[in-house]
Amino acid sequence: ELPPSHFSAARAAAVAVGYLRYLRGGPGRGLELRELRRARRQDISDVGHKYYLELELEDVSDKDRTVNCTAEVLYHLGNKTSAPDVQVTVQGELRSTEEADKQFYNWIRSLEKELVAENIPDSHGNVPPELEPIHLLAWVASGYVIWQNSTENTKFHLAQVKHVKQVKRSDEDLQFDFVVLLHEMVSQEVLPWEVTLLWHPQRGARVSQ
Amino acid sequence: DQVLHIVPETFQQVQHLQLLCSTFMLDLWKPLLPEDIRAGEDLHLRIPASLVQEVKDSLDQHMISYRVLIPDVQKLVDQSMPRKRSSHRQVSGDYVYTEYHPMEEIYQWMTQIQQKYSELVTQHFLGKTFENRTMYYLQISQPSNKSKKIIWMDCGIHAREWISPAFCQWFVKEILQNYKTDPKISRFLQNLDLYVLPVLNIDGYIYSWEEDRLWRKNRSPYENGTCYGTDLNRNFNSSWGSVGVSFNCSSIIFCGSGPESEPETRAVAQFIKSKKSDILCYLTIHSYGQLILTPYGSTTEPPSNNEELMQVAKEAAAALTGKYGTSYRVGSTALILYSNSGSSRDWAHTIGIPLSYTFELRDTGTHGFVLPANQIQPTCEETM
Repeated sequence: ELPPSHFSAARAAAVAVGYLRYLRGGPGRGLELRELRRARRQDISDVGHKYYLELELEDVSDKDRTVNCTAEVLYHLGNKTSAPDVQVTVQGELRSTEEADKQFYNWIRSLEKELVAENIPDSHGNVPPELEPIHLLAWVASGYVIWQNSTENTKFHLAQVKHVKQVKRSDEDLQFDFVVLLHEMVSQEVLPWEVTLLWHPQRGARVSQ
Repeated sequence: DQVLHIVPETFQQVQHLQLLCSTFMLDLWKPLLPEDIRAGEDLHLRIPASLVQEVKDSLDQHMISYRVLIPDVQKLVDQSMPRKRSSHRQVSGDYVYTEYHPMEEIYQWMTQIQQKYSELVTQHFLGKTFENRTMYYLQISQPSNKSKKIIWMDCGIHAREWISPAFCQWFVKEILQNYKTDPKISRFLQNLDLYVLPVLNIDGYIYSWEEDRLWRKNRSPYENGTCYGTDLNRNFNSSWGSVGVSFNCSSIIFCGSGPESEPETRAVAQFIKSKKSDILCYLTIHSYGQLILTPYGSTTEPPSNNEELMQVAKEAAAALTGKYGTSYRVGSTALILYSNSGSSRDWAHTIGIPLSYTFELRDTGTHGFVLPANQIQPTCEETM
């Protein structure tokens, strides 16, 4: 059992949140961690360290509601190049974003010029309301990067979206090429990362390699 | 560019508008798609400047009436840009504490606040930064014949943590505006002097406004000017260089060429050393994380007065949470965050200042360093 304030529990929680954002986030849904309620660690010999977490989250568009979930994060021993294995179980239903997703999708598809934006949020922390869905898709994209690149010695947060460019496609997906700035808490470094995200209202998000 | 408001009356008009949209690839603001255009319903259409006349002619030809909703889209965009800084707005009574201010305005603010509350506040020279800018601290001291203990607070040791200097300014304002009417504050000032350094890393702060919002270190050059900046919070003489640092200038946690190698560090250390027997509490304000951190970062070995440190910190965290429910965690840096050496807080404790804390203000990663200005007020109120 670990005190939830211990750094190793907090780092594992950040990985779980990143993974969950990738899996369930979208232009109308951004999940953030409110509280880490419980944490346990299990050392599995020859395999790695496994963290069992109880997390309390909230949807930024619906802050009064609580989203509870449990997560398991397994950091593989020695092998620094493989991503941690993560499993997350959300209790209850997440608020539906079908309407907002459809509106966003139609808006982007109707643009004559591909959308381009920089510095989200700006230096003063502001995000223009119409770019909030793009901001939340950056959470999805950076969630993937954070999940894939975390170790027990790192804790990543999205610091800022440096640049985003929409790329029109011949199929039905929306494509956004992001340059995100990730803040790594242990080294304090801010690292730029290029990540391309494909999104579709029914099919959800995936990072394109 | 103009935006027109049109209400098509007949199906033929709807069809013509749909044709116009697709032919000229016009930006439909309402409804979302051409196929949703309906007779009798509002239509808002943005037309690029170069096509305005042609489109209007076509509408006239088809007897479609319109009115101009937005005559100049660019002007509206420019107007809606935040932060129109008017330079005449520099009277301390009008200082906007719920906005982030560049260094120039903070310098002006210090002068004005001292003039306005001269019976209590004096501005003092602390030292100079690498780029030769003057570091000032404000001393808030109620005249009395008894000698008082000191509480020191510095903000902005890390350039990108903008909420930190914003808090120092807020704090000073709160104390000065309320010391006559708030019994807690007036009792405080009867027994204690407050020394506040609103921006410690001035060069870095300016750099984060002008060049790189996420800059952290100061701006002293190394390696023949090919590399810049020491992490001032790794540069103090407390287990300097032992853990959680880099000796490489290009690292963001570069600890400098030696303990107190940086002029900013020396300015602070020298002053605190000179007053150390009177300093009761050392506070250094950072972001983000929502933490109250106690010594040490370089070892998990607890300090001698750990119980007292923790108790005070826990009460502070509880009071803070009581305001808006913001939860703060309390504990040593080594246990809660990571190992580091050379921090100002650890150094203050090792030279004998009993209560030494690092505050990491809002938030916990959602906005991180780029905390929106609309959170300045609640953050500062709860931290007070």
